Amino acid sequence: MTRRLTVRAPGIALRLDVRTLWVSGALLITAFAAVVFTVVAVGIWLPLADIVEILQGGGRRADRFILLDLRLPRVCLALLTGAALAVSGAVFQSLSRNPLGSPDIVGFTTGSATGAVLSIVVFGAGPAGSAVAAVAGGIVTALIVYGLAARGGGSVRRLVLVGIGIAAMLVAVNSYLISRARLDAAQSAAVWLVGTLNGRTWQYVYLLGIALAVLTPPLLLLSRRLQMLAMGEDSARSLGVPVPVSRLSLMVLAVAVCAVATAATGPVAFVALAAPQVTLRLTRSPAVQLLPAAITGALLMVLSDLVAQRILAPAQLPVGVVTGAVGGVYLAWLLSAQWRKGNG
Amino acid sequence: MTSRLSGSELTLGYENRVVAERLNVQIPDGAFTVIVGPNACGKSTLLRALSGLLSPRHGTVVLDGAAISSYRAKEVARRLGLLAQSATAPEGISVADLVARGRYPHQRLLRQWTPEDEYQVAEAMVATGVTDLADRAVDELSGGQRQRVWMAMALAQQTNILLLDEPTTYLDIAYQIDLLDLCADLHEQGRTLVAVLHDLNQACRYATHLIAMKAGTIVAEGDPREIITAELVEHVYGLACQVIPDPQTHTPLVVPAARAARGARPPG
Repeated sequence: MTRRLTVRAPGIALRLDVRTLWVSGALLITAFAAVVFTVVAVGIWLPLADIVEILQGGGRRADRFILLDLRLPRVCLALLTGAALAVSGAVFQSLSRNPLGSPDIVGFTTGSATGAVLSIVVFGAGPAGSAVAAVAGGIVTALIVYGLAARGGGSVRRLVLVGIGIAAMLVAVNSYLISRARLDAAQSAAVWLVGTLNGRTWQYVYLLGIALAVLTPPLLLLSRRLQMLAMGEDSARSLGVPVPVSRLSLMVLAVAVCAVATAATGPVAFVALAAPQVTLRLTRSPAVQLLPAAITGALLMVLSDLVAQRILAPAQLPVGVVTGAVGGVYLAWLLSAQWRKGNG
Repeated sequence: MTSRLSGSELTLGYENRVVAERLNVQIPDGAFTVIVGPNACGKSTLLRALSGLLSPRHGTVVLDGAAISSYRAKEVARRLGLLAQSATAPEGISVADLVARGRYPHQRLLRQWTPEDEYQVAEAMVATGVTDLADRAVDELSGGQRQRVWMAMALAQQTNILLLDEPTTYLDIAYQIDLLDLCADLHEQGRTLVAVLHDLNQACRYATHLIAMKAGTIVAEGDPREIITAELVEHVYGLACQVIPDPQTHTPLVVPAARAARGARPPG
């Protein structure tokens, strides 16, 4: 049976799921351990004592550079993008009541990539320009997918199918753009397409941090409505959820969260798909919960980047290669599970 | 007759299709109103409009003296509950959790589980007889048990008016009667009930107020004992029949005419 913890104080009356609490706690601790390990042991060993010294303003200059300019911004960005992609995935999977309704499957991240690649190849944009183009690309793609899906009555299955179709077309567009580009532009575009944390500075962390600080609080406030919407629109409405405005604001916020995260790292595959699903299985909760999903996403991203940096060391793989390889297996399993269920 | 819920001059439809025009309807307070009629006559559409789920193209649904569209969604949900046909339980949700969702219109961000919420959820589960199922997953239950759980959720909402869209569909006969008995109990406790039903004889037994619809218009309304006649049934459903007193309840019992008596006439 599900155990609950009831918290009551004047003006406050909450009920929390005990398993969700301790799963979230365990995930947080694991994520913290992964962060510490990444900072200490990826590449040159930096003992904890040295790290503490550096954080207090001391230490050798080379070590300071490695920690403050290379490892910390990288791991912070991994945490932020992982959490952002997971939240966005959780919102979309919940709204579409289908794990495959996730933004990396229905083409939103591919759309961001198209925006970025277009800006790099055609306009020779640098990191800032391509990030703006990525946000725009993601939002435009979301509008197109929803527009096309809505014309057929906006069914969930239709949305997923339209999205997968659009994603496939955008992949072709991206390949075409790269094939027409000059060599150096093609190379930076290709790296961007895989999704990478290599060479990301504090600037990325600040910008993404600010964007998420604006976008996530309203999403968390809307998360109860999100849970109610999973019961079908009629039920949600009859229980007092203003359905159209709730759904629209959830969608706009989730598209924006996904787009800014993709702008920072490129379309890192499968985190948005897998993190909410992993969280559901760990918490055994019937409803996607945004905060635990965010922690899972951050953890998945840090672990994937750890593997990406270590597996062929000293060469550093883009993190998207690792999430793509692991996530691909997961997607295959998910599809076969859905197939069995659909035909069962 | 007083009426907290009514519709005037309602024109209802979906996209390009008009289902009903200039419909006037009043739901009597404290009555068990049942809406009947052939398939696609607009009875579920009318119920959706009365619940505020469907905005009429023309006309207004009035709840407690004001247009239902002028209320905030949560305010409507504190006055009127609906058991929708399309309700889907989230995968793996427990009975107690689903029933607790009925408290949503009474909750706020930091006040989600007050002693009152706890009490009302327990009461709703007792009233519908699902207390023993509290920890079971909703998707493991039989159709009849599941429908009781949805009823419990609507009861936890604590509204005086309860609308039910074909609550007996997909249930076997024993569960149908079981659910209608539950509705009758709720009605006796003073609630106003409105249900769309398919079975005319069940409607005659349980309804205190019957609304018969055909092709988007209300053909007859009133006490089923007064309005149900063979002529009315033939007019509404195009089915020749005999109406006799129900041996158990003395309400009208509709017996379709034998095939031979109807001749080889195609249904109209």
